[in-house]
Amino acid sequence: MRTILPTMQDVVTIAVTGAPERPESTGGDRLRLIARNVFPFVVVGLIWEIVAWAGVFPHRLFPPLEEVALTFVQLTISGVLLHHTVETVLRLLSGFALAAVFGVTIGVLMGRSRRAEDILLPLVSICAPVPGLAYAPLFLLWFGLGNFSAVLLVGFVSSFAVIFNSWTGVKAVKEIWVRSAQSMGADDRRLFSHVILPGALPYILTGLRLGLAQAWRILVAVEMLAAVPWGLGWLIFGAREFLNTDVMMAGIAVIAVIGLALEKLVFQKIENYTVVRWGMVTS
Amino acid sequence: MTNNGQRTRSFLRAVVTLAAAAAIYEAVARSGYFAPALLPTLPTIAATLVGMIADGSMIEHAAFTLYRVMFGFSLAVVVGLPLGILMARFRRIEHFVLPLVSALMPIPSFALVPLFMLWFGIGNTTTVLIVFYAATFPMLFNTWSGVRSVNPIWLRAAGAMGADENALFWKVIIPGASPFIITGMRQAFLRAWIAVVGAEMIAASDWGLGWVIFDAKEFLNTDVMLAALVVIGAIGFLFERLVFGSLERATVQRWGMMRAAKG
Repeated sequence: MRTILPTMQDVVTIAVTGAPERPESTGGDRLRLIARNVFPFVVVGLIWEIVAWAGVFPHRLFPPLEEVALTFVQLTISGVLLHHTVETVLRLLSGFALAAVFGVTIGVLMGRSRRAEDILLPLVSICAPVPGLAYAPLFLLWFGLGNFSAVLLVGFVSSFAVIFNSWTGVKAVKEIWVRSAQSMGADDRRLFSHVILPGALPYILTGLRLGLAQAWRILVAVEMLAAVPWGLGWLIFGAREFLNTDVMMAGIAVIAVIGLALEKLVFQKIENYTVVRWGMVTS
Repeated sequence: MTNNGQRTRSFLRAVVTLAAAAAIYEAVARSGYFAPALLPTLPTIAATLVGMIADGSMIEHAAFTLYRVMFGFSLAVVVGLPLGILMARFRRIEHFVLPLVSALMPIPSFALVPLFMLWFGIGNTTTVLIVFYAATFPMLFNTWSGVRSVNPIWLRAAGAMGADENALFWKVIIPGASPFIITGMRQAFLRAWIAVVGAEMIAASDWGLGWVIFDAKEFLNTDVMLAALVVIGAIGFLFERLVFGSLERATVQRWGMMRAAKG
């Protein structure tokens, strides 16, 4: 039952990516494709402009797009935006690295050893269903405000997806593979590195992907709560105090770009790698 | 029989593990190594939890949170489900909505909390809208891919047997897409549950489980915090297991669709 969720998600992503990209399209087709994808944004942008200029809402709260663009350019030139972005990405990566190392280790351990499973599974199952952000104040109390808590929390929360998927993956390795490797004289170490790890890898990669997505979703909020000195979440949250809606929108735009880049560059790469190489997800 | 024995053994071991973990926690908490305000003992937490339930405050907080999450979630279903079906059935709508959705989806819902706070103020509206935003996309995407993945042979078979558009839609497409739709609801609720807690923390209204946790931090009431955590975990677990589990059994498993969903 637990495996069906990631599988569904996979189908979703494949469906999304499969639709718009076709390598054999000619130049005219590509132009039309671009136009088709841009058109909705133009419509929404126009509506936004009309609403902003009509003065339905106060100007400070609903700035026209060119003002947001100007702020974006100014913040980029002054380097402020870049600094915030770098800090956020570093935090995301270090939190995710924690989750990957501990998550895979714990998950594989749980899958291999019955004793580890008995000990760890109840603890993990109790901690997992609580929404990650609910732990935030607790972590802030225990580990103080700032970077350390933020990274720790992101790692802690995103490790559950990694643990569950690694565990399922190791358990899903076919018994026949293990037995045939053993009968061919593989020792424990070779069994692990040549049979169990490759067999579980599609699941582990799915877990890592889900973990990274989760880390990304929660990081922005963590930055708002943990009062870190730099970071996109903090930028957005701080802008609220001074009613700088344009700064806020610029920050959200950068967040959207990073999210999109994660989706396109990281998740889909992993997806293709697993699906194509092992052909296990679609079978 | 062996299966049963296995299960009781696993259950026993789980109990032993949890008891051991609790004992270790209790020993650390009582050792005085950490400040008792930061690491309350288990009886203190339990007493706080019981006390807050008894005086009704915890129930009121939970009711507010549930109201917000259900409101936002229903809104997401009402918008996401029809839109997903429309996207799958009509190319033109798909071409218009899909780019927008793909651009909005990678934005974590919490990034919009400060903006919504400016626009809609602190309180219910902001929280409900954040929940709505978080829950809509899983709903929309799963419905969309569910309707698209309905086996074309079924459609042709139904068409050959003389089903009209209406019958085709209700008798073939909706049941065919239902495993995806229910998965979508499940994911949407999960996202909504995460979003509501976070939104309540950041957009500090004055009721709600997320707000309790965050507010307790100010006064170092770690026991209140942990008590609220227990309630949040319990409600989330209950929904996941009871509501969606039984929904799945009542629909998809009865229709024998689960294997089709697994592919």
